[in-house]
Amino acid sequence: MIAYILRRALYALPILLGVNVITFVLFFMVNTPDDMARMNLGVKHVTQEAIDKWKAERGYDKPLLYNAARQGARKLTDTIFFDKSVGMFAFDFGRADDGRDIAREIRHRMGPSLAIALPVFAVGLAVNITFALVMVFFRASYLDFVGVVLCVAMMSISGLFYIIAGQYLVSKLWHLVPISGFADGLDAFKFLVLPVAIGVVSGIGAGARWYRTLFLEEMSRDYVRTARAKGLSEAAVLFRHVLQNALIPILTGAVVVIPLLFMGSLITESFFGIPGLGSYTIDAINAQDFAVVRAMVFLGSFLYIVGLVLTDISYTLVDPRIRLE
Amino acid sequence: MTGDKPLLLVEDLRTHFAAEGRTVCAVDGVSFSLRRGETFALVGESGCGKSITALSILRLLPEAGRVAGGSVQLDGTDLLALPETAMRDVRGRRIAMIFQEPQSSLNPVMTVGRQIGEVLARHRGVAGAARRQRAVELLAAVGIPDPERRVDEYPFQLSGGMKQRVMIAMALAGEPDLLIADEPTTALDVTIQAQVLELMRELQQRTGMAMLLITHDLGVVAENADRVAVMYAGEIVETAAAGEFFAAPRHPYSRKLFASLPGTAKRGQPLATIPGSVPPLGSAAAGCRFANRCDRAEARCRIETPPWVETATGGARCHLVLEDEGGKGKDEGGRMKDEGKTAAGDQPSSFSPQPSALLEVSGLKVWFPVRKGLFKRAVGHVKAVDGVSLTLAAGRTLALVGESGCGKTTAGKAILRLIEPSGGKVVFAGADLASLEREALRRQRAAMQIVFQDPYASLNPRMRVAEIVEEGMAALLPTMEATARRERTAALLEQVGLPAEAALRYPHEFSGGQRQRIAIARALAVNPRLIVCDEPTSALDVSVQAQILNLLKGLQEELGLAYLFITHNLAVVEYLAHEVAVMYLGRIVEQGPTEAVLANPLHPYTRALLSAVPTVDAARRREVLKLPGDLPSPLAPPDGCHFRPRCPQARAECAASYPAARRRGVDHWVSCHLYDEG
Amino acid sequence: MIQPVILWTDALIFLLLAATVAFFLYARRQPHLRDPLRRVARSRVGMASMVVLAAYVAIGLLDSLHFRPALPGKPGAGVQYAVETLSVLDWLAAPLREQVEKTYSAPLATHAYAKEVVELPGGGEARDFPRLKYGGAQLADPAADKWPDITTRAFKAEAMALAGWFLAAVGLCAWLAQRGGEGLSAAWRDVWRGKTPIPWRTGLLTWGALLLLAFPAVALSTHYHILGTDKVGQDVFFQTLKSVRTGLVIGTLTTLVMLPFAVLLGIMAGYFRGWVDDVIQYLYTTLNSIPGVLLIAAAVLMMQVWMESNPDLFDTVAARADARLFFLCAILGVTSWTGLCRLLRGETLKLRELDYIQAAQAFGVSHGRIILRHILPNLMHIVLITVVMDFSGLVLAEAVLSYVGVGVDPTMQSWGNMINSARLEMAREPMVWWTLAAAFLFMFVLVLFANLFADTVRDAFDPRARR
Repeated sequence: MIAYILRRALYALPILLGVNVITFVLFFMVNTPDDMARMNLGVKHVTQEAIDKWKAERGYDKPLLYNAARQGARKLTDTIFFDKSVGMFAFDFGRADDGRDIAREIRHRMGPSLAIALPVFAVGLAVNITFALVMVFFRASYLDFVGVVLCVAMMSISGLFYIIAGQYLVSKLWHLVPISGFADGLDAFKFLVLPVAIGVVSGIGAGARWYRTLFLEEMSRDYVRTARAKGLSEAAVLFRHVLQNALIPILTGAVVVIPLLFMGSLITESFFGIPGLGSYTIDAINAQDFAVVRAMVFLGSFLYIVGLVLTDISYTLVDPRIRLE
Repeated sequence: MTGDKPLLLVEDLRTHFAAEGRTVCAVDGVSFSLRRGETFALVGESGCGKSITALSILRLLPEAGRVAGGSVQLDGTDLLALPETAMRDVRGRRIAMIFQEPQSSLNPVMTVGRQIGEVLARHRGVAGAARRQRAVELLAAVGIPDPERRVDEYPFQLSGGMKQRVMIAMALAGEPDLLIADEPTTALDVTIQAQVLELMRELQQRTGMAMLLITHDLGVVAENADRVAVMYAGEIVETAAAGEFFAAPRHPYSRKLFASLPGTAKRGQPLATIPGSVPPLGSAAAGCRFANRCDRAEARCRIETPPWVETATGGARCHLVLEDEGGKGKDEGGRMKDEGKTAAGDQPSSFSPQPSALLEVSGLKVWFPVRKGLFKRAVGHVKAVDGVSLTLAAGRTLALVGESGCGKTTAGKAILRLIEPSGGKVVFAGADLASLEREALRRQRAAMQIVFQDPYASLNPRMRVAEIVEEGMAALLPTMEATARRERTAALLEQVGLPAEAALRYPHEFSGGQRQRIAIARALAVNPRLIVCDEPTSALDVSVQAQILNLLKGLQEELGLAYLFITHNLAVVEYLAHEVAVMYLGRIVEQGPTEAVLANPLHPYTRALLSAVPTVDAARRREVLKLPGDLPSPLAPPDGCHFRPRCPQARAECAASYPAARRRGVDHWVSCHLYDEG
Repeated sequence: MIQPVILWTDALIFLLLAATVAFFLYARRQPHLRDPLRRVARSRVGMASMVVLAAYVAIGLLDSLHFRPALPGKPGAGVQYAVETLSVLDWLAAPLREQVEKTYSAPLATHAYAKEVVELPGGGEARDFPRLKYGGAQLADPAADKWPDITTRAFKAEAMALAGWFLAAVGLCAWLAQRGGEGLSAAWRDVWRGKTPIPWRTGLLTWGALLLLAFPAVALSTHYHILGTDKVGQDVFFQTLKSVRTGLVIGTLTTLVMLPFAVLLGIMAGYFRGWVDDVIQYLYTTLNSIPGVLLIAAAVLMMQVWMESNPDLFDTVAARADARLFFLCAILGVTSWTGLCRLLRGETLKLRELDYIQAAQAFGVSHGRIILRHILPNLMHIVLITVVMDFSGLVLAEAVLSYVGVGVDPTMQSWGNMINSARLEMAREPMVWWTLAAAFLFMFVLVLFANLFADTVRDAFDPRARR
């Protein structure tokens, strides 16, 4: 098990390196730092001094990959690529355009992000599984049909609509909760109810339908026939046999996103004014703050890989057939 | 006997299936009865409706199916009229069922103890520690070693045979009056099949339950059933007491089934075949359903539905049933010892003793590395094939026999280099294939071809038959012109007995047997001298198997082909092979001329294998030499002789070293310490 | 005189159209494709969704034929063409495009949405809702005449719609009758009793519903803003129609861009295994590990910078917006090929172990040929299912991306941009809801029917779904 995790960690390194190269190419090779400076400072009327100053502030005033002016190994290390990459692996993301330390900002903003993403994830999973079970229990009946139609309709609605309609009805018309904002501690509850509810509702269509398919697939297996031949009731067949088998792909499939919950949700956070990582990212994109975007890309990949490892581990916990080697 | 009331009385059962907007009648008016303590066998080929009959009795049909009529009475209660909740009390308690695939029939993520416990809790009200205790007892009763430990294991930790034992234990847990066994041993190897059948007979004697045995294997029926019913196209065409049925089958279909069984007695003569193929589920026409395949059909057979004719112990549905034809049936059955080995034809002994070898395999090895640890180092090898040596002459058939997992298919593919061998030599027509470069190998490929087991997986569903057959010609005979290829395709199709218009159709339009013919035509297209036949008939019904065997035999005589015939079916070996090699765990334990090996098996494994094959012929039935346990893993074969842990005659030296091959008789070799000294 | 203009995405759309036609011609001869396609056509849901999707596609195609109109120049001089690139849809809907109000107005309104200082006829000024320049301009007394006028126009249009629909129905039946060799009335009866193998009745009913909605909309739109106007007074109905093309382009071209990568790499990884597999797996795990939106955002940001630094490459605003749309499709494609690639890799791994592949290897058939003849045809159904299943997700994604600020060009009409601009007006009292409603409604209908269609296609092509 330890050896397995170690191997996965080693395997993660080249992937993170790859991510780093991709972002580097995107951010420094597609456009030169000079272009970015000009873009950032306003395209017209920019002096070369202003550009140089902008670059120096951000440490972009070195060669990209190879510094001919240096000696020995410094030819490779005193470059933008080396500077910007090594920091990443140590989770030192440098400073944003507003001068704040990005790593610190990330630490502060993870909490609010998680406060929304985690309940959406957990409640959503429970709700979707429940709906799917109900549909499967009454399969091939009117109820099942209506459920499926409803799911298809719900998954055809834009996520933005759920948010806008929810904010309009619940906050603006009925004045039940504040339209947006965030507070620390227990006060956060009233700010979180609506985004969480909207997050759950907007996921039902696709989620419940997908789980229903999984359950139905499991229902057609031979062991279900064996269970019926034993004289078990439909409920026992469904809840004891089918559920247990179908939950394995459902749970392990869900595990991979758990670490990514830290990243928050771009849209929800920005609509509801929640100071999490999602809104941080969106602000950075709108302000064209490349350092922040790069940091978020790296963080996202890192969390994804953590998720992959967790998935494998969770398999061994819920599926007796799998032992990690 | 006739006086007592039947336990199960099925009358005029009809089951319909909805398929693609139309209704298919899968079971059409089936009636039979079953007494307490009796074993009743329902025999038939694939798609005849025998499994659906069983599922209809238990009302476990898939969602597309429904029972459309008739009655199923268990001790006088009509099961079809029971409400679902009451029916649940019948399932598992009064009637238990075991299925063909023990692999998929057990819940993979539940321990076997819990799965057995469910029945105990549901029907016998056993709870708590007593439940576990009872589960252990049941596991012990079905012969699972170390049941205390096994009760907490998951199905994937058990071998196929053990899983079927668990299924039986689960069925027994409800102490049912009737056990329905749907092809209970079809997925198992022959030595395991013998164990499981033995167990079922024993349990039946002990508990006195009745058994409805559903199978396609007449040998299994002969050794287990008290009474027999033959199904064809959704109907029962004949019922009889087992003894009478095997002595004198009444229905032409039953007779033909016997006649198409391969075996020693029929060596050198073509097998009787049933033309055409088994009709698909629910195809019904006017008149007798067998009429268009029956060689004795008369005009009325095609118009009038034949009546049910009662006989002494059963009856038959045929216009031609005649009491005095018993003897004739026997003739056609071809199981008679008096005919024996007098049949003319290419008796192997008539060949020159050792014609020059076409294929010479020596020390062939296929090892698959097993990787583990941080850097995926190879920590061991699965020795799928571990030093196999064979010789095959042109125009001859060498059968490679063994149970699943013994490495016979891997060996066959390694010889053709479809799998890269890890060691050894494969000399074909003077060239060592194992060391040839890609291009040189490609040139050799025309001379050696392969026919696969599964006719559904061996033809690309997206290609027309002509494209399939021409593919090899295009690749290996590039100089051939398109028109010449087309002519050759037509000729090949005719040669394998397919109509010319087949060329333009797609594989899915053909039955299993016809597909196998296409596969043979594809192999023949490049004029091979050797064909590796990898279980070419095991996926086919017995009546179709006979057609394919006849075809292969005819082609051999006509074209002088050599066959490496890989199979687990000893009857086919007896019928077809000149030489036989018996494989166990990656190595050949015995080889020699077919009569020598089969008449005088030397290796204990060969003996056990031969004795385990169920046979319809009571006179040839021998005492089953029971083999304990399962095939060990080729990853960690036992020390010394691989067969030692299961061998009834194991001795001290068997653990010390693997026995060298010894010669016993003309070309008869055996690897066993029993024959160490002179 | 006009000068045809072929934008990048236009070219690709027509390439896609040609490919689709070619695919159908090919599929007609291949039973493994023809039979499932026939099942799609014979499903009622499939028929209804095909009719609706066809309407969207027609709008999109009309909007993809671009040209530059000639300017009314002096007779002797050479023809001068306008800077503005127009599409056939623009030309057809010229009144909608040109009748621009000052600012917001509600659907079917005759007066503006906000009070303004207006000059009273008798002199003097007052704050009131001013009359719209075009919306209901023909009415003398809007308060009294508006609804009667609207009802009359709508009824006339409905009557025309019914007549048009009836003609289409009779035409279809005549065609069926001719094909089936029966009388017109017999064909008519079969259709209405639902006895035709292809559910023509469902198709006709859907078509009728569409006409009943479209005719009045068109008839009214020349004299009213049926879905209101936006902040700068543009007709919202026109904007949603223009957005159709954007949605379709994103939904289809993205898959077109990623398909070659996914198919080629997926098959190679599964077929050759070994180091090829390792490299490809590494590639897609790496790409997959970057959260999709972020990768898209980063790429789009960089593209923006690049386009800003190279402004000379695009001669018109339309060309620039179009190039951005194309890049967006490409970026979306690059980030979304991994799923299909993985699926195809797994399927190829299974296929390559099948006996018929081994039989081909036993003939020494080359790898390329095995892939082309044996593997690719057996993967086609997966590719097809993926393409239709991905479509609706991409249409929805466009809205989100535009909201995040990394979507299509702000000058390009799209549902995302409409929602994005209208969202800011949510705080107004009374609320400006029509832009949002129009965008969401048109998007919902497209996505809903695309989802239904995708389900039908999947059920027809996936052997597992058909048990």
